[in-house]
Amino acid sequence: MKIVVENVGKKFTDAKKKEVTALKDINLTIEEEEFVVLVGPSGCGKSTLLNIVGGLLSPSEGQVYFEGIQGKNPNLAIVFQEIALFPWRTVFENVTFGLEEKGVSKKEREEKGKHYIEMVGLTGFENAFPKQLSGGMKQRAGIARALSVEPDLLLMDEPFSALDAQTRTIMQEELLTIWDRTRLSTLYVTHNIQEAVYLADRVIVLSRHPGQIKAVIKIDMPKVGRDQDQYRSQFEQYSNEIWNLIRHDAHEALKEA
Amino acid sequence: MENNRQVIKNRVAFLDKKIPTYASVLGITGLLIIWETVCRLQIVPPLFLPAPTAIVTAGWDMISSGELFKNLLASLYRIGWGYSIGAIMGIIVGLLLGFSKWADAIFTPIVYSIYPIPKIALLPLIILWFGIGEMPKVAIIALGVFFPVLINTFSGVKSVDPILIKAAATFGANHFNVIRKVILPGALPTIFAGLKLAAGTALLLLVSAEMIAAQYGIGAMVLHYGNLMITNKLMVGVLLLSFLGLVFNRTLQWLERKLIPWK
Repeated sequence: MKIVVENVGKKFTDAKKKEVTALKDINLTIEEEEFVVLVGPSGCGKSTLLNIVGGLLSPSEGQVYFEGIQGKNPNLAIVFQEIALFPWRTVFENVTFGLEEKGVSKKEREEKGKHYIEMVGLTGFENAFPKQLSGGMKQRAGIARALSVEPDLLLMDEPFSALDAQTRTIMQEELLTIWDRTRLSTLYVTHNIQEAVYLADRVIVLSRHPGQIKAVIKIDMPKVGRDQDQYRSQFEQYSNEIWNLIRHDAHEALKEA
Repeated sequence: MENNRQVIKNRVAFLDKKIPTYASVLGITGLLIIWETVCRLQIVPPLFLPAPTAIVTAGWDMISSGELFKNLLASLYRIGWGYSIGAIMGIIVGLLLGFSKWADAIFTPIVYSIYPIPKIALLPLIILWFGIGEMPKVAIIALGVFFPVLINTFSGVKSVDPILIKAAATFGANHFNVIRKVILPGALPTIFAGLKLAAGTALLLLVSAEMIAAQYGIGAMVLHYGNLMITNKLMVGVLLLSFLGLVFNRTLQWLERKLIPWK
């Protein structure tokens, strides 16, 4: 099973009724158990692309489809940058929301809820409301909510960008451990190059005006342990390569209001 | 050496100053004492302002004769039904208008043209429609409650964060479940603001309607004793209304805390 993004383009009409091309000719495939990261400067349309893949936005051209899924309805889950936990639901109720909507039995919901809450390290907080949690813990619940539906494709839209730098580092490590256990096909959006190199099997670099694929970089390092000394120079090489691709666009983005 | 020391004092200590609990009792007892004294010294004739003790005595008489209970029950029946019907309808219609763009476009102009009418002006018309039984009083209260609740529910729905609706849709929720599990709870704090606002309106309409067309009820009772110039019994009715308003508000506050534990 794989996910194919085929000739996808997206046009918006801006406030001055002018047509803006946000995405153009996007073609990419996410293989089974592959972790693909989209990077690009702000305004390159990476979140737009993720929203199109996630079914929250219609493309102006092209389509996104699952291949080899044998007639079953593809199962998606999104981890949002804004976290988007329901404030009126406890951690457990939030985590099992997707299962509830799938009509999963109460018993199974309890088992899976417990399992994934434990996986993200929130055991003991099942009955807390989101308001009572720290930012990192909230996003852990957001991740557990996405994992609990055991999606065919996991989408993550800058999930850690609202967190402080230290929490972020810890969360990246934890995400990798979790991913290693679940092996879900994943599309991950970030503007953080180190994060991309640390997590990705493949990094897709987008340019802006219009958002197009500038380069696809396969990260040829073992999935776990890229922060170790022996990979330091390789890690830096990848980071520099990506930064050099983005640098010009990032400077341009800065000049815009 | 000792003289050079400058202790830094907390300049904002007043912000977290603790006030003893008896302070709030103090104000109301003070008022009652002044009131009683003014009456005892006959500065104001008892016809204009009866003493608190005289009101209590009158109140006790009315309780033991069963008169107070009968009137209170009649009023509670009207406000209970009127408020419940108006509130439930207001919430349902508000949710629909907030969720469906068609319903919004068609019905919102109608709602806004009826909303500013002081509902008591419709009482004669409603009496013509429903006769002079309990129906018109219940209807007028329901109508008065309906609009503020509807408008608050509507704006509550509009203020629900779209990312939460997207999240619910992503995890497979259909339209009905989006309303039930996301929009309704998200709008609940604003709905409660409307419910509290409507509580005052309901009480006002109850008394007005009872003064215009009722045999029993607190409003009718107050008017009756006013006409007879029995001021201490009139005051019993007025104080009962104040008490009723207080209980009403407290009940809503309690319900709000129960239903919105995440705030």
